[in-house]
Amino acid sequence: MNDSKTIAAISTAQGEGGIGVIRISGSEAVAVADRVFQNINNRSLTEMRGYTAAFGKIISGGEELDEAVALVFRAPHSYTGEDVVELSCHGGVYITQQVLRAVFEAGAAPAEAGEFTKRAFLNGKMDLTEAESVIDIISAKSRSAARAAMSVKDGALRRRITKIKDDLLSLTAHLSAWADYPEEDIAEVTDEEIISVCTASERELESLLSTYDSGQAVKEGIDAVIAGRPNVGKSTLMNLLSGSEKSIVTEIPGTTRDVVEDTVLAGDVLLRLSDTAGLRDTDDTVEKIGVDRAKKRLEQCALLLAVFDNSRALEDFDFRLLETAKNVPSIAVINKTDLPNRADIDNILNYIDNIVYVSAQTGEGKDELIKAIARLAGTDSLNPSEGILSNERQRADVAAALAAVKEAKGALEMGLTFDAVTVTLEDAVSALLEMTGEKTSDEVLDRVFHNFCVGK
Amino acid sequence: MTYFAGEYDVAVIGAGHAGIEAALAASRLGCRTAIFTINMDAVGNCPCNPSIGGTAKGHLVRELDALGGEMGKTADECFLQSRMLNRGKGPAVHSLRAQIDRRKYSDTMKHKLELQENLELKQAEITSIEKADGGYLLTTQMLAQYLCKTVIIATGTFLGGRIYVGEVSYESGPDGMFPATKLAESLKTIGLPLRRFKTGTPARMLRRSIDFSDLEVQKGDEPPQPFSYETESLGENKVDCHITWTNDRTKQVILENIHRSPLYAGRIEGVGPRYCPSFEDKVMRFSDKPRHQLFIEPCGENTEEMYLQGMSSSLPEEVQLKFYRTIKGLENCVMMRPAYAIEYDCVDPTAMNATLEFKELPGLFGAGQFNGSSGYEEAAAQGFVAGVNAALKVQNKAPFVLTRANSYIGTLIDDLVTKGANEPYRMMTSRSEYRLLLRQDNADERLTPIGYELGLISESRYQKFLKKQELKKAEIKRLKSTTIAPSDELNAMLVSRETSEVTTGIRLIDLLKRPQLDYECLAEFDTDRPDLEQNLFEQVEIEIKYEGYIQKQIKQVEQMKKLESKLLPVDFDYKQLNGLRLEAQEKLNKIKPLNIGQASRISGVSPADVSVLLIWLAANKGK
Repeated sequence: MNDSKTIAAISTAQGEGGIGVIRISGSEAVAVADRVFQNINNRSLTEMRGYTAAFGKIISGGEELDEAVALVFRAPHSYTGEDVVELSCHGGVYITQQVLRAVFEAGAAPAEAGEFTKRAFLNGKMDLTEAESVIDIISAKSRSAARAAMSVKDGALRRRITKIKDDLLSLTAHLSAWADYPEEDIAEVTDEEIISVCTASERELESLLSTYDSGQAVKEGIDAVIAGRPNVGKSTLMNLLSGSEKSIVTEIPGTTRDVVEDTVLAGDVLLRLSDTAGLRDTDDTVEKIGVDRAKKRLEQCALLLAVFDNSRALEDFDFRLLETAKNVPSIAVINKTDLPNRADIDNILNYIDNIVYVSAQTGEGKDELIKAIARLAGTDSLNPSEGILSNERQRADVAAALAAVKEAKGALEMGLTFDAVTVTLEDAVSALLEMTGEKTSDEVLDRVFHNFCVGK
Repeated sequence: MTYFAGEYDVAVIGAGHAGIEAALAASRLGCRTAIFTINMDAVGNCPCNPSIGGTAKGHLVRELDALGGEMGKTADECFLQSRMLNRGKGPAVHSLRAQIDRRKYSDTMKHKLELQENLELKQAEITSIEKADGGYLLTTQMLAQYLCKTVIIATGTFLGGRIYVGEVSYESGPDGMFPATKLAESLKTIGLPLRRFKTGTPARMLRRSIDFSDLEVQKGDEPPQPFSYETESLGENKVDCHITWTNDRTKQVILENIHRSPLYAGRIEGVGPRYCPSFEDKVMRFSDKPRHQLFIEPCGENTEEMYLQGMSSSLPEEVQLKFYRTIKGLENCVMMRPAYAIEYDCVDPTAMNATLEFKELPGLFGAGQFNGSSGYEEAAAQGFVAGVNAALKVQNKAPFVLTRANSYIGTLIDDLVTKGANEPYRMMTSRSEYRLLLRQDNADERLTPIGYELGLISESRYQKFLKKQELKKAEIKRLKSTTIAPSDELNAMLVSRETSEVTTGIRLIDLLKRPQLDYECLAEFDTDRPDLEQNLFEQVEIEIKYEGYIQKQIKQVEQMKKLESKLLPVDFDYKQLNGLRLEAQEKLNKIKPLNIGQASRISGVSPADVSVLLIWLAANKGK
């Protein structure tokens, strides 16, 4: 049943980290790798056992591309369960791509998205939940996302779901026992009992669902814009957050001409941060395009970092920014606190509640800024180890369970009979069971026999 | 010295509820059929409760009747009292139950078998079954041999039966009948996976030894409803049942003597049902429960035997008498038959297809308790399906399979052959995921066309059914097109029923949609209502009220059908599919499901395993 193709892909996130890893998997993996990899001691990779490494060079068309370490895994003891070679080279998008191309030329086919995981899954290396978690780990771009993804596997989310499921299951079992054993002295199920369990489950499911967006903020990042009048220190601030020099920082206003984007990890929150051209009227055609684009971006962002110069009085421009800030989640960042205060802070507070003082130059106030960002992104109250929803499938299951619980409650309030309520509750239970990879079939009956004394 | 005694198309071993329906269906479909019973006076015997139907079981009887089975009609003919259970809990769980005269039931069924064309009823114990050219060779204890193209095993609790009453234990069938002692060996020899199950029954008491004066009376419904769509009327209820309770002293007797229970002393190896525990089991497992309810039911019109529902036991006879006499009304009871537990051989039903034919033994079928089920109704339903399929096999016709989507019978059989039975299987409404569709009121709509196609529903009955369907359609149309004008009387009624008043004309259908309203309360405003049978009004009202739920379940059925259309090869070795967990590989190899839908229902096959199967099917597409 194994796919006959040997596949390869870059298995580290592009452009990140100091090392680029090319993973090759399939029955020809070692032979393919051997064609591009020249071992420093001339020993062929095909002679190597599993779990061994070799140091050497990647050669393509007679040219040396990079130095690399080759890790050999033999089936079934590998990630995919097939023969696998991982070539770790020095990284950089260009070099890694070149090495991958060489591997393709040596006989590997490009791996489709998730194909390694799919093979691992088909070869019995993981179950579906694990596979999904691994997929999430791969795509997780921050420490927090990795933590949330781990908690699914480790069961924090599972425990939370199980608790809701158990409550609903007990109620359903009671309803079933009561219906299937009408002549046993089983306590009548009351409307109040159903409503109370439904309401509690509803609340918990809603709370879980609300973690999803924050969870996404952690994992996928949120769209943030940094804005302020020219030379207020936006680029310096962005560099402060990102820890490298991505924007061009000069003392001449208007240097940042276009929307400059970067992914910045602010504490646990991943920001897809755009540093905009200053919001000012201009006759410079090129700059005008930048300014327009920046405005649009600003109106649509999920988080606005509005930067003000502590050392200068507020101007028309600042007020225009404050007006915009009223309509989007914003943090007022008062920069240049190392200089004497001339800006009217009270006035800023009329527009924006969240205010943080920093000196982008000295780095002072950075921690406060990160805290404020976490608060606005909703991640400060988010404890990934408590179990949060981290992918679309889980979100859909919880949403389905929630809808069913609400429907059951609605049916009851409308005056519909318990059989309709029961089947709807069972829908909720099965959605939750699906999420934890369990099975509906006999759960209710098992509970009936466990909890109730029934029989002839 | 054996002698050759004849040939049959279909042979049925056992004339209990499963055997009867099997034999009647096969012979009515034109097959030369024989039915063997160990005791001619035990045909259609009810060795446990003197009643037919009950929750979910009532559905089975109605479905069987809609298909052309016999149980419903005979129960109607022998009824003593009838009640619709679960009124007020919703139409999906309404279930009919009738107390019946058990001797009359047995006689009536025996007579029907005797009168049936193509059918021979014989008293004989089948002692062996062997594979033979053209079918199976059956041998009786009188050494007669019959060559049969197909055989249906419906041995109930007779097969290897052993009774336990305290320290006393002996080989026996139910109600003092001889057990079938030799057949089990022969079944093992031809390769059937047998195991031991157990069940039990309470004592029977002499009516005049019971003091009914302080007991709660349970009366039947007036008017009582019949099971069969062909029964016009039942007349009046003939008997009452009574309710009484156990108490602390009852519990005390049990606790003092529990070591004498064969189950607790470890003498019984058979697996008993959780839903049908002996009374001592109830006391031990639910020790905090101060009292248990029991029902006193008459066994017939011409007998003084009374059945004590809820009080089965396998404690010694003297202990039984002691604890029964602690119960209010039973202080001076005289025991006519003691309670007992019975252990018997039955088969692992996963060895069968949904036709109830054994996968490895073509032409051999199983039905009823032998298949690991429990209950007269479950047995009858399987007997019918096995009988029809044996006949179709003889006639080289396509098999007959009921589904989870069209019936409780289909659900019962799918559960048995797909999930297996770890304990005697009882039908329950909670076993059907489509129970708002599979109601007892619409069994005819779901199944009578199928019964007609099989040839087991008469032309006149079918025409009557079609007429009813037309009337139903017309009635729904009428409800949609009839508008009731607002009036003080109407609004007064609406307010009294706690639903909102109307200010403009409102369609009848929109009024009936309201959960608070029904046909009855609308009668005075619905002056042009046609005179239709009650069952039809009931169906229409349910369909209107529960339309949203019914539609939702229809969608779920469609989804399941999609999974069931993804066919799995029956000759594939799932061990080759490494992504499956070991347990799933083993279960899939054992059951060999026909499609992904069935695979998804196998216990031990997780949703992740189903995903693996789906990925594997997708990966192998076009290969």
